[in-house]
Amino acid sequence: MAVAEAAGAVPHTERVSLLRVLGPAHVWALGVGIVLVGEYMGWNFAVGKGGAYAALVACWMAGLLYTCVAMIDSEVTSTVAAAGGQYAQAKHIVGPLMAFNVGLFLVFAYTMLEAGNAITVGFLVDTVAKMAGHEGVDQRPFIVLSIMFLAWLNYRGVLATLTFSLVITAFAFVAILVLFFAVQPWSADSPLRHAELITKELPYGWLGVLAAMHFGLWFYLGVEGTTQAAEEVRSPSRALPYGTMASMMTLAIAATLTWYICAGLMPWEYLGQAGVPLFDAARLTGSTLLMWLLGIGTLFATLASANGCINDASRAWFSLGRDHYLPAWFGAVHPKYRTPYRSIIFLVPVAMLFALQVPLDQVITFSILSGLLGYTFMPINMIMFRKKWPLDTIKRGYVHPMHPLPALVLIALCGLTYFAVFLGYGTQLIAMMTFYIVVSLWFHFWRYRFVKRSDQFTMPWPRPNGY
Amino acid sequence: MDYWNYAEYAAWGVSALLGLLIIFDWLRTDSTYSEDVLTSSREGEVEAVAEKHKL
Repeated sequence: MAVAEAAGAVPHTERVSLLRVLGPAHVWALGVGIVLVGEYMGWNFAVGKGGAYAALVACWMAGLLYTCVAMIDSEVTSTVAAAGGQYAQAKHIVGPLMAFNVGLFLVFAYTMLEAGNAITVGFLVDTVAKMAGHEGVDQRPFIVLSIMFLAWLNYRGVLATLTFSLVITAFAFVAILVLFFAVQPWSADSPLRHAELITKELPYGWLGVLAAMHFGLWFYLGVEGTTQAAEEVRSPSRALPYGTMASMMTLAIAATLTWYICAGLMPWEYLGQAGVPLFDAARLTGSTLLMWLLGIGTLFATLASANGCINDASRAWFSLGRDHYLPAWFGAVHPKYRTPYRSIIFLVPVAMLFALQVPLDQVITFSILSGLLGYTFMPINMIMFRKKWPLDTIKRGYVHPMHPLPALVLIALCGLTYFAVFLGYGTQLIAMMTFYIVVSLWFHFWRYRFVKRSDQFTMPWPRPNGY
Repeated sequence: MDYWNYAEYAAWGVSALLGLLIIFDWLRTDSTYSEDVLTSSREGEVEAVAEKHKL
């Protein structure tokens, strides 16, 4: 402090921490905002893997997986209310090495997803240009602009960032509802033709259903990011469970409606490889208004996802820095905007590099794999949490029902999904696992010596059972 | 040159401007405040005052 003051720095005696300004609606915007792009594009590759009904089974199986994730997350995060979300949970409940890995899973999952969203923005601009009769638009400036604009917004403050997400996410969700009502499924004049278009129930059998699970995650991937807002909500024990469960319900509705509309308008052979299926569905209705609505909805969903990803990745990276798991320099908070500004800045070139240099399917696969590793940690975390701190020892903001059933279902579904991913992207799965093993060794044998061990555990909880 | 070419240049320009705004503010903040202040955030502050977890 003395050196800085001598150099003309402003003296400051209070701690600078993240700002507590968010409510349940912002948590909802964060959860749904990251994910809803998956309804607009990507989920339909599950149709290509196993047919329309396989995609529906995958949609509901993944829905079950993520309901378990949301319930487990809500209980633990309403109790461990700290930035970093699952990273902070792992630190308090499992241990430092698990926490370091979980922190990296989060940063990779969200940064890769952000890069994927930026690539999609470029693709959307190119699509609009082609429709307007212009061939060969350079997508790079639009990819860079989307990342820079959202990074700038995140840099300037969390309230504006997530209010922006709230507006564009609500628009994108309402657009799906409008499309559903516009096709009038209850009417004899409805353009939906499920019976005629779904000619084969399971064209690749049950193996196709299993393979579809890989892209079934797309309907919900990232909803667990609500926990990253833990240190910025006004009432963590209330806002996080409400926001997370409401996000899950919204997504389950949006996912099912999306499947129903698209499977009734397009042959599964086309739907399985469509770039923007909801937009295509709107075009097939012949309504210009719906086409514009779903076109803007696609862009908004993509931007909301990238926005939430920047928010979440930067909080996870910031938490790792604040605990000295990474250089403490990353643990800085902006004194005016109260955001983890160095973490936001650091992740901009990383996202840009992946967005400009790596193909979309690779980027997305890395994101899914990191997410999946994170989901595998959650049931272990939950079982340990209930064992070390049973319900009668500490107060939770939310207690999830039927423990340990959700944890066991989650771990079983994760195992199933690993196999599904291995079928399509085995090399990437092995490469990713090798990467995490190498960085774990680095953390254990080198980095952990810089961690202030007594400062890590901040919760005023009683001593755990058995210790 | 048509509208789309201008849009490409505008996107590059706005990106560069936003980047410069961020970098300028970053350098100004780092030179105005001490490192102790900037990294003074601690996990669990709300737990100490609001979320007691008592039954």
